[in-house]
Amino acid sequence: MIFRENGQYAATYAKDMRIFRLREDRVAVAVLLVVAFVVVPLVANDYWLSSIFTLFLIFSLAALGLNLLTGYCGQLSLGHAAFMAVGAYAAFNFAVRLETPVLFNFIGAGLVTAAAGFVFALPSLRIKGFYLAVTTLSAQFFIEWLFVSFSWFSAGSMMGAIDTPPMRILGWAVETPRDKYLLTLGVVTVLALLAKNLTRGEIGRSWMAIRDLDVAAEIMGVRLFPYKLLAFAVSSFYAGVAGALYAFCYLGSVEVTAFELALSFRLLGMVIIGGLGTIMGSFLGAGFIVLLPIFISITVAAFATRGLTDFLSNLELIVFGGLIIFFLIVEPYGLARLWHTTKEKLRLWPFPY
Amino acid sequence: MIRALHMRLLYSLALLPSALLLALAGSAVAVDVQDDEQFVPILIYRTGPFAAGGSGIMGGFEDYMSLLNERDGGLDGVKLVWEECETAYNTDRGIECYERLKNKGKYGAPVMHPLSTGITYALIERATRDKIPIVSLGYGRTDATDGTVFPYIFPLITNYWSQSTAKIRYIASREGGEDKLKGLKIVNLHLKHPYGIETIPILDVMAEKFGFEVTHLPVPWPGIDQKSLWLLIKRIKPDWVINRNWGVSCTVPLREAARIGFSREKILGVWWCGSEEDVVPAGKAAIGYISTNFHGVGRDFPVIQDILEHVYGKMMGNISSTRVGSVYYNRGIIFGIVTMEAMRLAHTKYGNRPIGGQEMQWALENLDITESRIEEIGATGLISPLKTSWRDHEGGGKVLIQQWNGTKWVRISDWIEPYADLVRDMIKKSAAKYAKDKGITPRTKPEEGI
Repeated sequence: MIFRENGQYAATYAKDMRIFRLREDRVAVAVLLVVAFVVVPLVANDYWLSSIFTLFLIFSLAALGLNLLTGYCGQLSLGHAAFMAVGAYAAFNFAVRLETPVLFNFIGAGLVTAAAGFVFALPSLRIKGFYLAVTTLSAQFFIEWLFVSFSWFSAGSMMGAIDTPPMRILGWAVETPRDKYLLTLGVVTVLALLAKNLTRGEIGRSWMAIRDLDVAAEIMGVRLFPYKLLAFAVSSFYAGVAGALYAFCYLGSVEVTAFELALSFRLLGMVIIGGLGTIMGSFLGAGFIVLLPIFISITVAAFATRGLTDFLSNLELIVFGGLIIFFLIVEPYGLARLWHTTKEKLRLWPFPY
Repeated sequence: MIRALHMRLLYSLALLPSALLLALAGSAVAVDVQDDEQFVPILIYRTGPFAAGGSGIMGGFEDYMSLLNERDGGLDGVKLVWEECETAYNTDRGIECYERLKNKGKYGAPVMHPLSTGITYALIERATRDKIPIVSLGYGRTDATDGTVFPYIFPLITNYWSQSTAKIRYIASREGGEDKLKGLKIVNLHLKHPYGIETIPILDVMAEKFGFEVTHLPVPWPGIDQKSLWLLIKRIKPDWVINRNWGVSCTVPLREAARIGFSREKILGVWWCGSEEDVVPAGKAAIGYISTNFHGVGRDFPVIQDILEHVYGKMMGNISSTRVGSVYYNRGIIFGIVTMEAMRLAHTKYGNRPIGGQEMQWALENLDITESRIEEIGATGLISPLKTSWRDHEGGGKVLIQQWNGTKWVRISDWIEPYADLVRDMIKKSAAKYAKDKGITPRTKPEEGI
């Protein structure tokens, strides 16, 4: 009853092809955007804006990038944290050396990272699966090594750390947590819609064909190499922008250890828990991996009494690990699938079948 | 099938909101701070790879505050309360903890100890905007010593560069004078990691000044396998090896040195490679190994005896009592002493009430812990005198050398003074670059008190 498709006819091709075909979906997205752009900045305090929402959005974007590659094109990457680092350092160099506008820095960072992803994707035609994962792992180690070894990338900093300069967009000084949240939200919204669109078109369908069975895709006329390279490049672009946002809107001063291997694994965890091959899953997964431990930790802290603290610190890990196992058993296809099932049910509600 | 699907959905949908509700309920009942109580935030890591350091140091810090509460009824009569937040040595979580705790209590958080270099970096901008001092004691960002550019960052006692110069001064004293440094071969075995490479420039400058030869050998993270490096060291035949590692990579060199027969008495570790946890796993291979430290070790200090009596005696200790007196634990006591002395100073100016961030900043810039004050605290030999200014956020602390005898660390040197002027120039240069990148105009006078 709530989700009713009947009666909604697409009378023109343009209407048939729009991103959200159902009125209910359109309303939901519009409401979500209004809440995110208007209500949240008005209501939330610095703590929520800066350490919850901004962080959540940045990691959603990074997970989205990885989801395009792993979820849609079926190529595993263990180097996405390093690609985020490339984005952060590139944006920093644009800002400090060329003093270009902020948004240009972000796009430039994405493009530089796309180029880096392209290079590390070159072996992807010859090797697949776990073997490819190992080559992307080499990207992780190589890039970390690069930024620690050559202080040129950090404009001469002796610790290889970058200090992001203040941001100003057309006279708008991006300073407070609220400004940074809005900037992040704007970038993430645009890129998420772009990704949604990308996956519905020829490119996305080719990626999915490659993911499902590359031999079959090739026989049907999908050229594997360009599409795999494209998937790496687009995915790295997203990671790069996310890395730049992470440095500029969240951390401020960064050293390369912020982008270590563990982060690559966390990104992969987000994609798997959220749902491979869904845009929404990237957001849900990022929420799960980034925010849930914080909520658990707040809950646990409330019960902290002297003598128990040691146990309670570990309790966070126990509960979090337990929840991961629970959700993967209950819904192996990820949290996005839960939403999907809910939608199916709502379509028929209140009738059971 | 459909029914199973139905149940699965039901389970999951029920679990998510209940977890959220629990979290919200939790945030509502977290530690309550009364208006007349001094709140102290504790960023800690009891989990993860560096848990030994996190729990030891912050355990010591909390025990010191317990001591003041139990023995003296608080600091100048103001009761101390604190709340822990687990960072797991993770930068994101550190920021979240900072944001979570910064507004607790009537006056907010007076100070933060991030206990991680990564978190320190990420908090510089935020803390400066929020006017909450960040104290990074014995770690963190070296160039933040320049108070004109970093008004709210305090790498107190000694930073890594000062420490490196103190190491060279110690080597000179062992070799028989500064002129004997000429021609010496020193290997700087360091992690290939921002923390590891930080001291390369200062060692190069000193090598040029004193005429010794320094070879920088990078250890790939996490440094479990260092065989090839030690074969290289065998070829170089250095007079000294500086062990600048962290965690497990601190221990490996001791075993490797034993294997090639390099004297452990010629391996000089950074203070993050100088705890019991670093040497015990190496067993006999660690005997004779020396490392720097910026505080005394063991239990032979009145203040630690007091903690054993007033805190552990009442079963209120934070960690296992066997760890009392260990390197990390005593480091936490130092954290406590420095923080509490700054608060005490703030009380003299603002009255005996809880202290906020800006007041604490004034106190940290005017800190003067003298020898006689240290004796009053009962910490003679545990901590060196300290005097900061609005320009110098380090305070000119001194370094000592300790040696592992197989069962415990033994202090083998007097307090060693770093080559302060050598370090100061480099800090000025590095801080100026930060100011330029960030568009900051350095202060030309101390901030007015409030």
